[in-house]
Amino acid sequence: MPSTPAIILFLPLAVAAFVLLASKGFKLNATVCALVSTASVAITLVLSLALIFGAKSDSPDEVVKLFTWADFGSLQLEINATLDRLSRGMLFVVTFIGTLVHVFSLGYMKDDAGKARYYAGLSLFMFSMTGIVLADNFAMMFIFWELVGVSSYILIGHWYTKDSAADAAKKAFLTNRIGDFGFMIGILILFGATGSITFAGVEQGLTAGVLTGGLLTAATLCIFCGAVGKSAQFPLHVWLPDAMEGPTPVSALIHAATMVAAGVYMLVRVSFLIGVSENAATIIAYVGGFTALIAALMATQQDDIKRILAYSTLSQLGYMVMAVGLAAGEAAMFHLFTHAFFKALLFLGSGAVIYACHHEQDIWKMGGLKDKMKGTFATFAIGTAALIAVPFTSGFFSKEAILEAALHHDMLLFLCAAGVALLTAFYMTRLVVVAFFGKARTGHSDHATEVPMIMLAPLMLLAFLSIFSGYSIIADTLSPAAVHSEFNLAIFLTSLGALIAGAGGAWILYAGKDKDPLNIGIFRNKFYFDELYSVIIKFAQDKFAMVVSAVDDLFIDSLCVNGISRAVNGFGLLLRRLQSGNLQGYAFVFGLGILVILYIALINT
Amino acid sequence: MVTLNAYLLVSGLLFAIGFAGVLLRRNIIIIFMCLELMLSASNLSLVAFSRFNTVNGLPNYNGQILVFFIIAVAAAEVAVGLAIIVALFRARRTTHVEDMNSMKG
Amino acid sequence: MPPVAFIIFSVIMLVFGVLVVVNRNPVASALSLVVSFLGLAALFVSLDAYFVGVVQILVYAGAVMVLFLFIIMLLDLKAEARRKINVVPMIGGCVLTAVLVLQLVSVLNTFEPGKKSLVEAPLDYAAAAAARPAVPEGKSDTIKRDLRENKLPDVRLLGEQLFTKFPFHLQIAGVLLLVSTVGVVILSKRELK
Repeated sequence: MPSTPAIILFLPLAVAAFVLLASKGFKLNATVCALVSTASVAITLVLSLALIFGAKSDSPDEVVKLFTWADFGSLQLEINATLDRLSRGMLFVVTFIGTLVHVFSLGYMKDDAGKARYYAGLSLFMFSMTGIVLADNFAMMFIFWELVGVSSYILIGHWYTKDSAADAAKKAFLTNRIGDFGFMIGILILFGATGSITFAGVEQGLTAGVLTGGLLTAATLCIFCGAVGKSAQFPLHVWLPDAMEGPTPVSALIHAATMVAAGVYMLVRVSFLIGVSENAATIIAYVGGFTALIAALMATQQDDIKRILAYSTLSQLGYMVMAVGLAAGEAAMFHLFTHAFFKALLFLGSGAVIYACHHEQDIWKMGGLKDKMKGTFATFAIGTAALIAVPFTSGFFSKEAILEAALHHDMLLFLCAAGVALLTAFYMTRLVVVAFFGKARTGHSDHATEVPMIMLAPLMLLAFLSIFSGYSIIADTLSPAAVHSEFNLAIFLTSLGALIAGAGGAWILYAGKDKDPLNIGIFRNKFYFDELYSVIIKFAQDKFAMVVSAVDDLFIDSLCVNGISRAVNGFGLLLRRLQSGNLQGYAFVFGLGILVILYIALINT
Repeated sequence: MVTLNAYLLVSGLLFAIGFAGVLLRRNIIIIFMCLELMLSASNLSLVAFSRFNTVNGLPNYNGQILVFFIIAVAAAEVAVGLAIIVALFRARRTTHVEDMNSMKG
Repeated sequence: MPPVAFIIFSVIMLVFGVLVVVNRNPVASALSLVVSFLGLAALFVSLDAYFVGVVQILVYAGAVMVLFLFIIMLLDLKAEARRKINVVPMIGGCVLTAVLVLQLVSVLNTFEPGKKSLVEAPLDYAAAAAARPAVPEGKSDTIKRDLRENKLPDVRLLGEQLFTKFPFHLQIAGVLLLVSTVGVVILSKRELK
């Protein structure tokens, strides 16, 4: 009987393989495939809940050995399952959101031609994500890290016939590659220094002080690079908004709740590393804060409902990374936990809206939806409330924990975080006001109707958790980490002030408007990062490629490859003349050679 | 009395004559004879060395044994070489080396 | 051997050697070679190498030269018609030979061990006999006996060396002769089947 973690890990993989083979080879009905996939993820949810409730509060953290994947003498690459509060809670988040997304997709992807492929991709993603959560060593984490990248690529590019989707998938994959390269270098540095790839082994080595100073900082930052790529932090944040080309449930699952949170989860896993490297921690905190700020600024001027949410996700991830850098990993995980619910809710809600409006994503072409889609509006409003940290919703508690960490460590970052809170309130209010209030601006939104129950039910469940997941009755059991901060008036007032200012400002600006009264080009164009990168690529990479090509043409091709053949050819032509076929000619040369040798050997001594 | 150098000089001259013959004559049978001359010249120097490097009052017989082997090999070589020349002559109707240049590159 | 005889035989050998090269008629060349080898055999004898001298006459002057003459007659080679002399190879060959001789002379000029004459390297039969190892009871050492009688048992000494020190090499030489015999038979067949 395989252990529970083994089932949680490998069931989705088996289902992914089954779905692909069955739908392709045996022409199994796509809906059956979808149901099988959904059922499997539901089983993993039940099992992970069983793990949580099966664990006593004092039960020690354990590592369940699954199998050894590769054995290189002193180095074993093992596929193991870490079971501690962190992984159990994260497992719950992943499987729970995963289940709801699977269910929601039953409605959303009902008529999609690639439904079986879509569900196979989702199952593969669940497998990879579970692997990251359970990893007890860097190698396993890296393997599943890459697998997550692959499944994300598959799912973003689900509608691969659309150029923009294919490009976005490529962009996401390549951008992640940059981060993963750093991650790999970091792992290798740590392995080289400590001789171990398990988290426990590396921690032991660091405690013993085998790695210090600049190299430690470098290693930590390299590891952080992985998180920068996966969690879309500045400067690798550009892929996440484009990844919204994928189906909306995918955006909810991968690009809001779980995969992008994997970077934060990994940072918390290796928090022992960040704990001993102060410089790196400061850099991480500032990267997080900066990302949160620019992402929030960009979000204020977007028109695409999913892009607004994508930038919001970036911004919230920046929050979490900042918290990790401020040595408040618990606060980061708590925010990850609550954020997973309300952001998944918002994405699924936006999916419902998009579905109802016949795949219209521009908020300026919606409007007046609150009367036509009452259930969706209610849940969406709850999600928004949680995101903008309305007091006594889940987001309020977790954001408060981060603000508190910032206040205690760094005033600058606290101000930055407060500013982000204000901007968050602003852009979310703008989104709700423009999309749901006012009057219908196009026929699509005019004819919108409420979505079916199979899509609405997950929204309601998520709405419930968006409000209550911050309270200790839920958070203490289910979340990877819960923080109960003392009531701090300064933070409360800051938070509330930011909320009122942001929301109120947005209401005044946008209520009843049919087009955007603000037009701030630099925000609308995402600070021109994409343009900047393409310029960099155009000028640096193309020039570099030109040099490489020139070297290839002139040196390698002409000199090394063709040069050798030409030299051989030339010598051959030259030596051919010596091959006179004249016996006595040969004898003459032979004798001449003997005379020279005699001269050297006997006379010239 | 006769010195070792005298024998070596005579041997070297005979070798040079044979060498000149190989280089100058065009008839392959003559060339072959000149090769025999060169071999014999080397035999002469070997025997001379053997006689002048006495061991326990006797010539050093190692040198003479080498000569013995050279003669045996030369006999075999002559037999095979002449057979090849005959075969060549059958194919080409000539013993003139300048007419045999199919190895020309 | 007095120097006069040495000079006579050397001159015979060299002059007939030159005749081998310059004769136009192959038969004349072959006969000159025989005479040259006779001189060479005399020089061998002058070096107390009686066996090698005799073998030189038997194998070379006898067997090998007969073979040459047979082939010449078989191919019915006449005196070469005068061809145009190729000047460049001619000069090249002569120069090369001259350089070889010059090198030889210069080396021999500085070759000190070569300055000793035969008198300075005498054969000492008594010492040689004394140096021979004892033989088992009931056997007699004929070589020792000959040496005691002041004779040089040339063939016996050579044979002793050949069969005690170089038996393997002898076998190889035998195989070589066999192989060459077979090879000649195959080469001489009219058509290779």
